[in-house]
Amino acid sequence: MTAKPAAQARRIRWRKTKSDLMMGVTVLATVIALLPLFIILAYLVTKGASSLNLAFFTHMPAPVGEKGGGMANAIVGTLELIGLASLMGVSLGIGAGLYLAAHRGSRFATVARFGADVMMGVPSIVVGIFAYTVVVRPMGGFSTLAGAVALAVIMMPLVTRTTEEMLLLVPQELREAALALGVPDWRTTLWVVARTAAGGIATGVILAIARIAGETAPLLFTAFGNRFWSTSLTSPIASLTVQVYTYAISPFPDWQRQAWAGALVLTTIVLALELGVRWLTRGSAHVAR
Amino acid sequence: MGTFHVRLLGDRIFNLTTLLLTLVGLSILVGLVIALVLNSALSLKAFGWGFVVGTDWDPVNERFGALPFIYGTLVSSALALTIAVPLSLGVAMCLSEMAPVWLSRRLGFMVELLAAIPSVVYGLWAIFVLGPWLRDRVEPALGATLGFLPLFQGPHVSVSMLCAGVLLAIMVVPYVAAVCTDVFRAVPQAQREAALALGATRWEMVRIAVLPYGLSGVIGAIMLGLGRALGETIAVAMVIGNSPRISASLFEPSATLASVIANEFAEATSSLYLSSLVELGLVLLAVGLLLNIVARTLVLRATQGRFGSEG
Repeated sequence: MTAKPAAQARRIRWRKTKSDLMMGVTVLATVIALLPLFIILAYLVTKGASSLNLAFFTHMPAPVGEKGGGMANAIVGTLELIGLASLMGVSLGIGAGLYLAAHRGSRFATVARFGADVMMGVPSIVVGIFAYTVVVRPMGGFSTLAGAVALAVIMMPLVTRTTEEMLLLVPQELREAALALGVPDWRTTLWVVARTAAGGIATGVILAIARIAGETAPLLFTAFGNRFWSTSLTSPIASLTVQVYTYAISPFPDWQRQAWAGALVLTTIVLALELGVRWLTRGSAHVAR
Repeated sequence: MGTFHVRLLGDRIFNLTTLLLTLVGLSILVGLVIALVLNSALSLKAFGWGFVVGTDWDPVNERFGALPFIYGTLVSSALALTIAVPLSLGVAMCLSEMAPVWLSRRLGFMVELLAAIPSVVYGLWAIFVLGPWLRDRVEPALGATLGFLPLFQGPHVSVSMLCAGVLLAIMVVPYVAAVCTDVFRAVPQAQREAALALGATRWEMVRIAVLPYGLSGVIGAIMLGLGRALGETIAVAMVIGNSPRISASLFEPSATLASVIANEFAEATSSLYLSSLVELGLVLLAVGLLLNIVARTLVLRATQGRFGSEG
């Protein structure tokens, strides 16, 4: 090493400065990336809260030009769609998850697991087209059922993969202990393994619900939307997301105000589900995205 | 041994039920592909491969070509990734290499919240806040400095390819950042210690030990982000302007595969029109599936051992 000590010291100083600089850049990137979260939440609160009142939750949409009105039908519609979709999506998802966890390593299970992963990557608008072709067309019109089927298809792979992951986290010894006591295999799976994993599975289900609660695209031509009160399974039904979309792109200031109020309610529901779950399972669960 | 048989019967019923549910799930995926192919048969027959390269989208005269939408999808996604990838890498490095655990957990949580905001809310915000801001501040500035490029020419409007791209970038960052963070965290600690022991600074350690080790995972994360951007529908439909034209300028309105389906599907009047829209969905599905399969394989390999089979 023939480099002069002074030159060497300068070089080390430069490398340290460069390192600090790059690390500063990563912090800056994080700030920029998170900025929209705070801006959007701030706009939602300021613009949404001023248009939010009791009538929003209890009244029907007002005709164009008339002030006031609410989204009572859309709130009920969203709840009905979520309920119906969960009924299908969760039972299918948990069933498939139980199967995948029990038959790890079998070729069919590997194919099915891959299928679930692939399904998570299908754009939600394509799922909407699918529901249109298998439900709307045969039934002759837009319906609650079609919307729920579309949402269930989105939900199913999420629940399947989370269920499987959570079941695999249960220690093998627990299962062996139950089997050694003479408990049948299926009861061991349901009453010992699944019950131990219940918290994690519930987390996955709630996150899947939060995900479908915010979906708009697959509802556009399945559940369609409805300006009137309807809870029928076979007729079109309103939903918060589609209502917010329709109002947001409308030219009427009153509707646009309602869109902000609807967006605030929607975001509150979704973030409350998300926050609640995260708070309950701090640091433990790693669920499928 | 009566009870023994009853037990076996219980196992068999349980096994069969879960197998059946799995089969139903798989058949939905297969059915989805079949349904899209069958329902685009009309348009497949009428236009053949010309559909993918056709530039006309004329419902009145029933001439349908997908190229403007394929172009819009590719350009908006490319623009989104150009902005989102450096940001996401920065976030991931900050979360895995820089921030202390308590801060990293909180920041990671905020990133997840960003991913949880419904896309219709992003769209609403973009219509009233992001779009006008880009039109009044960013587009004039870009036009003044880089206006010699065809990318930044033309009138300033709030619904544009630029707005869609920036919005997509904001929406994609949390996904790419989260996966990249997982990938970086899966890099063995020994790699970092070896670099530090050789006298590397923190940044040099990231560059020579963390980044190369996680490269395939990072590429997978970017592809997952691309998949999200390609398939994102409602937020894009709200800000892109929905005009089926190919134009070099980012300031012009455009349309994507997903946005045109969202806008026109419920109003498609003829069966050929509907069939063409389904075929657009088929194109979207094919690209989306391909991306996802490759991406998940890459991410799986990069994070294996840490989360088991988690993608």
